[in-house]
Amino acid sequence: MSATGLQLDQAPPLSVPLRFFLTAPLFGVLAAVLLFWHGPTGLASRWTPTMLAFTHLLTLGFLTSAMLGALLQMLPVLAGAPVARPRLVSGVVHGLLTTGTLALVTGFLAPGTGAFPVALLLLGPGLALFVGVALECLWRAPIGDSTARTMGIALVGLAITVALGIGLGVGARTGAQSSWTGVHIGWGLLGWVAMLIGGVAWQVVPMFQLTPPYPAWLRRAYAPVLFFTLLGLSAALLLAPGRLAEKFFGAAIAAALALFAGITLLRQRQRRRRLPDVTLAFWRLAMTSLLAAVLLWLAGAAEIVRGERLAFLYGVLFLLGFAASAVHGMLYKIVPFLLWLHLQRKNIRGTLPNMKELLPDRRTRPHLWVHVAAIAAAVLACLVPAPFTYLAAALLLLSFGWLEWNLLAAVRRYRRLIRAHAHVA
Amino acid sequence: MSTLADILTHEHRRCDDLFAQAESAVANGDLETARRDFGEFERSMNRHFDFEEQVLFPAIETAMGPGMGPVQVMRLEHDQMRALFCDMALALAAGDKQRYLGLSETLLILMQQHNMKEEHILYRLAGELLGDREQELLTRLGGQ
Ligand code: HEM
Repeated sequence: MSATGLQLDQAPPLSVPLRFFLTAPLFGVLAAVLLFWHGPTGLASRWTPTMLAFTHLLTLGFLTSAMLGALLQMLPVLAGAPVARPRLVSGVVHGLLTTGTLALVTGFLAPGTGAFPVALLLLGPGLALFVGVALECLWRAPIGDSTARTMGIALVGLAITVALGIGLGVGARTGAQSSWTGVHIGWGLLGWVAMLIGGVAWQVVPMFQLTPPYPAWLRRAYAPVLFFTLLGLSAALLLAPGRLAEKFFGAAIAAALALFAGITLLRQRQRRRRLPDVTLAFWRLAMTSLLAAVLLWLAGAAEIVRGERLAFLYGVLFLLGFAASAVHGMLYKIVPFLLWLHLQRKNIRGTLPNMKELLPDRRTRPHLWVHVAAIAAAVLACLVPAPFTYLAAALLLLSFGWLEWNLLAAVRRYRRLIRAHAHVA
Repeated sequence: MSTLADILTHEHRRCDDLFAQAESAVANGDLETARRDFGEFERSMNRHFDFEEQVLFPAIETAMGPGMGPVQVMRLEHDQMRALFCDMALALAAGDKQRYLGLSETLLILMQQHNMKEEHILYRLAGELLGDREQELLTRLGGQ
């Protein structure tokens, strides 16, 4: 470890992560509107334009945006290595990611309009820039602990996902899904989303709830095991589809995810901080959903349960139940904390609001139940689209809208304080 | 043999325990116990800060050359935490449970990310920079 280049900055400028956090829920809102608009026919198969657009509004628009914002915030703290030129990087990546996601979704919904190539030209460079900058920053970091390593591997997972997505987009999309689609989905959901949430969990679960740390073997093994089994699964999908190898690697991944979810739930039971906490509730929901998704997938693989609509269920449990809940939990801690931190720097005299005064529990607690209801309705819509699609769409709209509203309310409070101070000064 | 990093990390964990005790006493409305636990928490934190600010940080600065950023930010965060202790003590004195819990939530995040930076970065750095002087610092820590 060398001291040169070591910086322990408190935080990057507020706008750097905040722009990602504030636009992410809007993509969830768009996804809900799309579902409402297209209705149950959109859920006829996984490969309808509606489904592909809906999925990417959630994976790129909501999850990836929020996760990039969180990384920009956490890298300096974790690794002691701030991102170079944070404002520029954040502005460019955010601009390319949001416009690129909108173009991709347009491309899915209206093929032949030329939106697809535009999307690839926006998303490719935007995400490549981010992965490059973040990996370089981790590389320079004086410290490489399990979180930093897991984050680095997750960024590689994102790069692989994007490369495969672009490959799929460039290749003629005949409607017949090739094995490459499975590989793209695997890296996106597991190599990027589940990997990063793991790395973040090693830090934030003990930190927010004062739980004992995760076992060292899990922190060390999770990322490499997931990475190499994904490589194995990719090879199996491409070279020997439908054979035993696929199930073998699938089961290994299921075991890794189940261990992660199970140990997180156990750690949370051992927490020393025993107050009710909305982030804790969102994370418990996330881990329970992940366990449910894994068990259901195992049952499906063993052909204990059957049905062509099973894949929808894995998707809802994983994306909305697991990933989106974990992101909600993070946002409800990170955003008020950042606002508080940046208020401290303004040298405002008088009593400043604390985190709970910036974003009170009475705003976030009810949201948990709206979100749970939205997941439940989405599960029902997977099984029986006809009556439940509109209910699911309405609840998703309410839930993502609520998130946006809560975050904006906190930011408005922050801005009002700063303006009031500017008048006095 | 325990290193300086081990001992200081252990102090963080002990302060976390005291923090959680005081917070749950407030949440349960037991302000008598809360005042006692909070007092003990605040004293432990201040003792820890004092050692770092008066002994450890200057030693790091001497070894690294002055004007180095990392230690400066650690001092700033100590001050931010002290300001929160003050507000929490006021809230306790006024019996304002809600305000205390909002402040303690804020302190928790600030304190944990501060500890993380110290444990992951600063203490390890100190271990390498200080070399033989570590023993001397350990004695001073014991003597406090
Ligand atoms: C540059 C970014 C991306 C592009 C261009 C892209 C492109 C595509 C394309 C073309 C398909 C359809 C494949 C086919 O019909 O055979 C697809 C499917 C899919 N992608 Fe992406 N993708 C990108 C990023 C992501 C990310 C980051 C994730 C996850 C985190 C993801 C998750 C999925 C999933 C789950 C499906 C299957 C959808 C379904 O089952 O309805 N994609 N992607």
